[in-house]
Amino acid sequence: MSEHVDAGRAMTVIDMSDRAMVKATLSATLVKDGDHLPVFNTAFDVFFANRHVDDPDALFESGDDADEDAQRDGKGAPTGMKGAGRPMGMGGGANSSLSAEELAEMLFRALLNNDNNALRQAAQEAVTRYAGMEPGRPVGGTYYLYRTLRNLDLDGLYDKLVMENATGEDDHLAERLARDEAQSRIEALKAAIEQEIRERLVEDRGAEALAKSVRKPLPEDLDVMHANRDEMAQLERALRPLSRKLAVRLARKRRHKRRGPVDLRHTVRKSLSTGGVPIDLRFKPPRPAKPEIIVIADISGSVASFARFTLLLVHAISSQFSKVRSFVFVDGLDEVTRLFEHTDDPAEAVARINAEADVIAFDGHSDYGRALQSFHERFAGEVNKRTAVLILGDARNNYHQAHAEVVAELRYRAKAVYWLNPEPQSYWNSGDSIISQYAPFCDRVIECRTLRQLEAFVGDLA
Amino acid sequence: MSAIDPRKELADRLGLDEVPPPRFTSTTDVVSRLRENDYLSDESIASVTFLADRLAKPVLVEGPAGTGKTALAKAVADATGARLIRLQCYEGLDESKALYEWNYRKQLLRIQAGRPDDSTAEDWHALEEDIFAEEFLLTRPLLEAIRAKEPVVLLIDEIDRVELETEALLLEILSEYQVSIPELGTVRATQIPMVFLTSNNTRELSEALKRRCLYLYVGYPDVERERDIIISRVPGISTTLAEQIARVVRSLRTLDLKKAPSVSETLDWARTLVVLGREEIGDEDAAATLHILLKYQADIEKATKELLGKGKSLA
Repeated sequence: MSEHVDAGRAMTVIDMSDRAMVKATLSATLVKDGDHLPVFNTAFDVFFANRHVDDPDALFESGDDADEDAQRDGKGAPTGMKGAGRPMGMGGGANSSLSAEELAEMLFRALLNNDNNALRQAAQEAVTRYAGMEPGRPVGGTYYLYRTLRNLDLDGLYDKLVMENATGEDDHLAERLARDEAQSRIEALKAAIEQEIRERLVEDRGAEALAKSVRKPLPEDLDVMHANRDEMAQLERALRPLSRKLAVRLARKRRHKRRGPVDLRHTVRKSLSTGGVPIDLRFKPPRPAKPEIIVIADISGSVASFARFTLLLVHAISSQFSKVRSFVFVDGLDEVTRLFEHTDDPAEAVARINAEADVIAFDGHSDYGRALQSFHERFAGEVNKRTAVLILGDARNNYHQAHAEVVAELRYRAKAVYWLNPEPQSYWNSGDSIISQYAPFCDRVIECRTLRQLEAFVGDLA
Repeated sequence: MSAIDPRKELADRLGLDEVPPPRFTSTTDVVSRLRENDYLSDESIASVTFLADRLAKPVLVEGPAGTGKTALAKAVADATGARLIRLQCYEGLDESKALYEWNYRKQLLRIQAGRPDDSTAEDWHALEEDIFAEEFLLTRPLLEAIRAKEPVVLLIDEIDRVELETEALLLEILSEYQVSIPELGTVRATQIPMVFLTSNNTRELSEALKRRCLYLYVGYPDVERERDIIISRVPGISTTLAEQIARVVRSLRTLDLKKAPSVSETLDWARTLVVLGREEIGDEDAAATLHILLKYQADIEKATKELLGKGKSLA
């Protein structure tokens, strides 16, 4: 709440006819996390679309609601901004004054000269011509964007830009710079088109309705099992800072948990200032034992990405454990710890798992029973009272035998056995999922679908 | 809508005789005065600085290392002619290092010096009042900023390094601009200090802290701004070279590196190239000086391979 008050107060000390200033003010008062800025920017563009407004006061009456909460609340859409802009250009198709060649030329010129105004104009033309927008359809605009971009031959534009910028010399650096420059201009074009489409959608359907369609979860809240390719890339980007933060937190927690033995030298030194009386006892930093971890991950089809993220996270903070061993399986089991040993980039090791791990023994369908049995036969001796065993998978056993007694035996040997299931809890035990047969022998069975849940679990573990 | 003046409200609460005039007249004023002090701001930096001054609120500046967060506080101090008081945070920072401490050595001396052989209860009471006087108080940066008579800019650097519990020390200062000392009472600010907190985001800061601050995210600058920064900070550099440097650095930042080059490393690289007398960067120069931008061997190898198309590093 106090953020809303702040935003409202801030509005009184600035020039509210300055859109950029309003935006900066709202973001400074409402957003408190750098990761949330993209969400804020989208929300701002939706609720404060760049259009002519008859009554500027109406725009700010509900100004302090335009944060990500407002998307959920669905309020904060000023009424003064609808229908006041220029003609809509919906319907798409042939009502553009330019031919396809002229448009392509216009785009190319704008990109080549790095001229933002020309770029915006070209983007408007492109959307009018290609997007084929239909008034009233409840969509977020991704489809229109796709349609526009498909018609624009961006690869061709990119190649032409690189050609224009290239110096002709045989110089790798110059060539690479030309390519990156072209790439960044193409990205600017995409952003301009996306913004244009969004503005038209706001005009068409109003900010509230659109806000519902463009709402996106934060990367750490994405469902790992059902992420598409873009979201997967987002997840990968989010994982690194996440694991770094986790490592810092764990290291601190460990250092501050208990005190070590009395540090005699430090205490005597300190006592000099109190006339030789040791008032202040000093302690050595504690050296608590770190836990050992064994990860046994199903890497078949649907749960593969979840297994990858977990392995990445565990190995990224492997310094917080005294030992990490990783096993992967489908219907056969293989140890992959060695892949992580000679590289300082866990991502590289995870990428190699698919190619190098020998996990298919028979038909390539998950067989938890066989995999666990094989683990028990070969590696049970490695499990001791300091070891936490992590089993990752959806327990969809393709109607093979469960061999739950192996988990019971592991639990007897280990400090704890945890099962992380990336499926929503409501799907458990439906179809061939036999999680309930293993559950009695695990210390905890945890639904773990997002990076946030995963991070919380691993944080507790260490 | 009645006019709210947060500065006046705060001045009233602090019991100041007059409201200190705002430091900046507009965001353009911020931009131009920071530029005079060799700090190139962008729109969001300038707006938030302006707002912080007008609203008398602290600013929490977050972003990757080496993007000019600390430099911003310094530039604001220079631009407004204020004294910069800096509190460098570290793990284990406590009250006695951040706020104030009683000078117990001096207190001990005072007790020993004033101990007559037949001391009574009254004597002790007088002595007790005496040894908890200002004379025996050691001010640390936070208290110093509050007690300063002249305008100050308080920089609390790398706040994410202190423990969550220590953050609470700051809350009173950040929202009320005052410090409570049990033995002395409450010390209120006699002016309105500008406060900047920086964080490299190695951990989540508490909600209580975030709520009291304006938020500013300073990311890596875009090519144009970075070029301008290079030109303003590196004397004798040509525009072409600066532009080229800015582009190389942008390309490097798109690679998946352990540590992306910061603005300060970019400046170091630019200075090196100027000293070497280069007008533009070729493959050889880049390979030979890449270690100034990148601090990990793995990063250098990766960059050499990606940007220069070579399998092995020459550096």
